[in-house]
Amino acid sequence: MRHVISVLVENEPGVLSRVSGLFSGRGFNIESLTVAETIDPATSRMTIVTGGDDRILEQITKQLNKLINIIKVNDLTGESFVSREMVLIKVSAEDSTRAEVLRIADIFRGKVVDVSPKSYTIEITGDENKLEAIIDLFKPLKILDIVRTGRVAIPRGKKDVRNNKKNHSRKDNESVL
Amino acid sequence: MKLTGAQILLECLRLEGVENIFGYPGGAVLDIFDQLFDSQFRVILVRHEQAAVHAADGYARTSGKTGVCLVTSGPGATNTVTGIATAYLDSVPLVIFTGQVPTRLIGNDAFQEADIVGITRPCTKHNYLIKDIKNLARCIKEAFFIAGTGRPGPVLIDLPKDVMGDSVKFEYPEKTNLVNYQPNYQGHRGQIQRMAKLIMKSKKPVFFAGGGIVSSGASSELTKLAEMISAPVTTTLMGIGSFPGTHELNLGMMGMHGTFRANMAVTGCDLLVALGVRFSDRDTGKIDEFAPHAKIIHVDIDPTSISKSVRVDIPIVGDVKDVLKELLKIFKKEEETDWEELHNDWLNQISEWKDTHSLAYDQNDQIKPQYVVEKIYELTKGDAIITTEVGQNQMWASQYYLFKKPRTFLTSGGLGTMGYGLPAAIGAQIAFPKKTVIDIAGDGSIQMNIQELATAVQYNLPVKIAILNNRYLGMVRQWQELFYGKRYSSTKMEVAPDFIKLAEAYGILGLRATKPEEVTSVIKEGLSSSQPVIMEFLVEREEGVYPMVPAGEPINQMLLV
Repeated sequence: MRHVISVLVENEPGVLSRVSGLFSGRGFNIESLTVAETIDPATSRMTIVTGGDDRILEQITKQLNKLINIIKVNDLTGESFVSREMVLIKVSAEDSTRAEVLRIADIFRGKVVDVSPKSYTIEITGDENKLEAIIDLFKPLKILDIVRTGRVAIPRGKKDVRNNKKNHSRKDNESVL
Repeated sequence: MKLTGAQILLECLRLEGVENIFGYPGGAVLDIFDQLFDSQFRVILVRHEQAAVHAADGYARTSGKTGVCLVTSGPGATNTVTGIATAYLDSVPLVIFTGQVPTRLIGNDAFQEADIVGITRPCTKHNYLIKDIKNLARCIKEAFFIAGTGRPGPVLIDLPKDVMGDSVKFEYPEKTNLVNYQPNYQGHRGQIQRMAKLIMKSKKPVFFAGGGIVSSGASSELTKLAEMISAPVTTTLMGIGSFPGTHELNLGMMGMHGTFRANMAVTGCDLLVALGVRFSDRDTGKIDEFAPHAKIIHVDIDPTSISKSVRVDIPIVGDVKDVLKELLKIFKKEEETDWEELHNDWLNQISEWKDTHSLAYDQNDQIKPQYVVEKIYELTKGDAIITTEVGQNQMWASQYYLFKKPRTFLTSGGLGTMGYGLPAAIGAQIAFPKKTVIDIAGDGSIQMNIQELATAVQYNLPVKIAILNNRYLGMVRQWQELFYGKRYSSTKMEVAPDFIKLAEAYGILGLRATKPEEVTSVIKEGLSSSQPVIMEFLVEREEGVYPMVPAGEPINQMLLV
């Protein structure tokens, strides 16, 4: 099953490499990984989309917690959260299709961010289904290039990612018999 | 007062109580070695940086203190990697200082530059590159804290040359401020209650003790507990010594080369109490058929060890010593249980298994390696510190030497590093100058760090090296015999030095036994010497280590002799 893990890390050189090295070294899968500074410049947030059975996910979160530079690990899957991804799509726009490209972009509330005589570049933000849908619609019109950011996610309501306890011993101690 | 980076480093080491530094100099660490020249520290100059780490590791495993290494940049640093990985897999507290090229040259492919922080990231508990002298003292403080607490492990600090020359006002922090690293020592009380209840219900329990018992110092608690409730104990390779080897409740080691009774007991038990173990593949064999009838309780300080390979019924994250103490308290109040009665049938069953004598061998007209180890055991009365290399020598040492106490058996269990034994023996002898320290070696693995004989001589360390010479890489040969149709590909050590002459070349005593009747006298003479000694035993060439569970098979499917 696919999981979205939000990881708060110290904003230091080498931290990304520790995380990506952990995934590759232990054979965990990364579907996407995004990282940027938070409101506190001393920390960064990573959003990692990964997959695996329960045992693998348990190992992923425990192993992440074990890294000294990691402050909080929060597996958002199973709780209520909002996630978004942005894509930039460069679509071929010949005379016969220019209007159609714009119409589709419009329906999806896409924004044209670059125009050339032969193409449009369109920015779209949304969840995965929306992005997949628009990509499917653009495919027959010839997509010249595509760049995706990977997902970012945040819990809904008052909860913030920092409030999740780092130490997993509690969880271990509660799953009993 | 302002101190230079090199001075700060030494001052921090002094405040951490460090006495011995295992090292090797070079360009990038000249400032530090210059400071060491007239310092209070004892610097042990090894002959290869890998050995510096193994020696610090041997020092740490025997003494329980954190071992310290200092090497130069580039090749000096990369040579430490095997030693660091060895310590990482066996959870040994080390702090390794490596030199680095000046900060302005980092990334420039400068002379003797290596990205050692990048290289060692997956095999250290944590590591640091100090780019600013202001962070030096804090990082050293953190390094010692991280290395020695929780599940111990190696921490590396990379020191660019210019940082060692810079100066700053020195202040050593009293405490670390690592919000993200707070190991949990106290086991969950409710879970320990449940653990106690499960143990009280069990008719066929087995305690399974690992290296965590040794590193947390929980041997006496384990012994008390096992005796109190009449429960048998088996150990991992790393757990050897955590429970007295001669104790009637000791089943011996379990796993691939475990005893018949240990493997049968684990397979037949209704409750497995795993203490400070990580269920390595060498212990469990085929996971699906591991302890099939048992509930499993797992106590470990490292949450990642729990439910990694084996599903657990009661997980407890905490220091195993704390948990066992708590358990003892509960059982002391519990007087109704007649433990002996409860476990009587089970112990009878185990003693039937014991009669299988899975470690029996016939000492015929050629020296059997098992016989050599047994004689070493007898003649040292089980009081020596034993280190091993890796392979058959390691398994025979673990099977035939009965260890009374923890921290007396040093072996590379996780990584399986050939060449570990001699430098580890050197480190152990530094920690315990008066104790008998013996490296039980093979003719193959001793040659991987044989250069350290010079170190032993230079520092008057009377380590004893027992080479079980079968002129093969014996363990690999054994696998080729059993699983590759006796095609001995690259396992014949056709050329080896004359170990007696080699001993002479280093100015030490060399002794050789070629016949069984010479074994005792060679060991006696070797042990009575106050110098390092090589004792070479020409053993039966194709002797195998048994019992053996083929890799991936269930552990009750043993090949016996």
